[in-house]
Amino acid sequence: MTLAVLSQALSLVLDPYVLWVVFASAAFGLFVGAIPGLTATMATALLVPVTFFMPPVPAIAAIVTATAMAIFAGDIPSCLLRMPGTAASAAYTDEAYAMTKKGHGEMALGAGLVFSAVGGLFGTAVLIAAAPALAEVALKFSSFEYFWLVVLGLSSAVFLTFGSPLKGVVSLLLGLLVAAVGLDNPAAFPRFTFGNAELSGGLTLIPIMIGMFAVSEILRNVAAMEQPWEMAQARIGNVFTGMWRLAKRYPLGILRGSALGTAIGALPGAGADIAAWMSYAISKKFSKEPEKFGTGHVEGIVEAGASNNSALAGAWIPSLVFGIPGDSITAIVIGVLYIKGLNPGPTVFMEKAPEMYAIFFIFIIANLLMLPLGVAAIKGAKQLLRAPRELLMPVILLFCIVGSFAINNSLFGVVLMLVFGLLAYVMEENGFPVAPAILGMVLGAMLEEHFISSMIKSDGRLLGFFERPIAGALGGLALLVIAWPLVRAWLERKGGKP
Amino acid sequence: MKAIVTRLVLAAALLVAGAAQAQYPQRPIQLIVPWGAGGGTDATARIIASLMEKELKQPINVVNRTGGSGVVGHDAIARAAPDGYTIGMITVEITMMHHVGLTALKHTDYAPIGLVNADPAGIHVRVDSAYKSTRDLIAAIKANPGKLKASGTGQGGIWHLAIAGLLKDQGVDPGALPWVPSNGAAPGLQDMVAGGVDVVPCSIPEARAMIDSGKVRALSIMDPNPPALYPNVPTLQKELGSKWAIAAWRVIAAPKGIPADAQRTLGAALKKVYDSKEYKDFMAGRGFGVIWADAEGTAKFMAKSDTDLGATLKAVGLAK
Repeated sequence: MTLAVLSQALSLVLDPYVLWVVFASAAFGLFVGAIPGLTATMATALLVPVTFFMPPVPAIAAIVTATAMAIFAGDIPSCLLRMPGTAASAAYTDEAYAMTKKGHGEMALGAGLVFSAVGGLFGTAVLIAAAPALAEVALKFSSFEYFWLVVLGLSSAVFLTFGSPLKGVVSLLLGLLVAAVGLDNPAAFPRFTFGNAELSGGLTLIPIMIGMFAVSEILRNVAAMEQPWEMAQARIGNVFTGMWRLAKRYPLGILRGSALGTAIGALPGAGADIAAWMSYAISKKFSKEPEKFGTGHVEGIVEAGASNNSALAGAWIPSLVFGIPGDSITAIVIGVLYIKGLNPGPTVFMEKAPEMYAIFFIFIIANLLMLPLGVAAIKGAKQLLRAPRELLMPVILLFCIVGSFAINNSLFGVVLMLVFGLLAYVMEENGFPVAPAILGMVLGAMLEEHFISSMIKSDGRLLGFFERPIAGALGGLALLVIAWPLVRAWLERKGGKP
Repeated sequence: MKAIVTRLVLAAALLVAGAAQAQYPQRPIQLIVPWGAGGGTDATARIIASLMEKELKQPINVVNRTGGSGVVGHDAIARAAPDGYTIGMITVEITMMHHVGLTALKHTDYAPIGLVNADPAGIHVRVDSAYKSTRDLIAAIKANPGKLKASGTGQGGIWHLAIAGLLKDQGVDPGALPWVPSNGAAPGLQDMVAGGVDVVPCSIPEARAMIDSGKVRALSIMDPNPPALYPNVPTLQKELGSKWAIAAWRVIAAPKGIPADAQRTLGAALKKVYDSKEYKDFMAGRGFGVIWADAEGTAKFMAKSDTDLGATLKAVGLAK
């Protein structure tokens, strides 16, 4: 990285238009995050059609800023309503609400805000250091290595998360089926097209994602519309009071939460919500006073709050270097990167270095901007949470429809969005995770392409997949992940015997 | 009150009518590229898009629709609504794919806007490869049929035909060098550098970044003239005494049936872009060849390419 690249990147970022986009998307992110039932992924999905009309850097800046703000803002209704604003805050919602009840609302919100920013900056630092270095290594990757990376990503999405692996596999296969539709395969053979021109072009991912992440949430909100929100009556003072003391008291927890969050984020399929759950559990396990957890104790909020925001940046590492998304937000981002000509892959740091470093700058700016704007959002929280849901939801649905139409200017996109929105709702209501399906759709084509290329290169021998050292190691790791549920079941049975 | 409503309705109607009559283009235009980002087609399409944006005063979004050895993207351009808001960069493959039975699409399924570039094929190997010359390489392919692999475009694509035609010309079975399909020259070259394949017979400018960073070596060019970028790279004529020559070309086209005024506006804008210093500088800087033909000339040019390449495909046994 040279000084010239850095100054080019800075000039891209300091463009007044970019800064205006950052501010506007920050406000949008805070709003979406603070409203229970509207998620950070949904914010991203709704932003995509808007970014369609922007140059590359502001387009990506809008998503980076909005998601960082939304993950923090999810803490606000946790404290005031006992409802997580986004799934990433669910881990410590009860804790935060208990603190508000005890009169420590400003401390819960302050910890969420300050340590979200700290975690976000930590994750950003890792992203800046790791992504270009990893790209150097990735330049040596051939189709064999990529094939195993994709397998590793897909299987960790299924086997290393919560819930039933069987339902995860079903969801993954559904995603792969969607990816198989159309002509877009190495032999250019029309599959599942039924002679339809729209289908032969394949199913466009962005309307599908708008459906799966936004429409399904709307349906869920409509189903739960009867219960009005009850707000805790508490005065919120200066949220920064006592933060320095907290930082000095829990330095290890902050570091551990940030590091674990970044790692979980970088793992395909697992994002900020899982990072927060794991960090909260770890914080409790290693705490000197675990008995206080659940009664309105700040320690877990500090660690998990740092964790969920660092996961956000961590997820960008595999997304930029390999084109393999680290979470559901970056699954959408990858589509935007392609549209904007910032195609992910190891060469992006050579060919588009100024744009990449501009994105890194945006990460830093967004996490710093979180502090003043976060205070404003906390102050205005009561008005914000009064936004009537029965008006909000139809407006969001309208945005979904316009957005899905705008991607290809075709009604087919709108149909796709509605069908997949309904599908995602039914899936989640029955315990089928949506993330593996999304990964399957994003990675299906890559999986097939690299498999076919590798088979031609090795003259059809499957052993060729293990003959290059890195490919062999990645392949072994992937097989281990796939075998993990069996190993765990075996260990449990062995341990259970007297 | 009623009067006000009537006036409002009238005003709205006027607005709508005004918008309908306003000049093309009214909203962002999509430019579909049937090959992966980072390759030559992508780079050419992007510079043209950025310059045409200034002419047409509307954003032009470049979209890479890859896969299916180029069929997917070409198909997407031909099947797009012919409203002038989706155009594409069609490549030499459109006059080849229907001969090999990949698709029924032909060059006559498009409304050409203009021909903007043509680049001859080269032969590239890894810099640490044992093959120092085209003669070495061909001897090795002949000695161990099927051992070396080549990549750089889809199955039956222009670079596949380039090397297969050369092998045939040199009396070697074209099947002795199996082809690994890729979404363009850039992923093929990256795969070659990573050790996945041995030969990438793409154009010289496509390999330039890899040649300059010392990862790839150009062995020869399939053209009567040596490459402008590297005058020391020998021609086939000089090295093998072979007259074999082949080039890829790129054309901006729209789906057939677009409004005549849109086709004219696009053609005029493209001509301005082609004549601009920025375009010439960019193409010269990358080592890309420039050549111009208007809509009518492009149609004739594509028809000739179709006849020539069809005959070659038949000769090397790739045609169905």
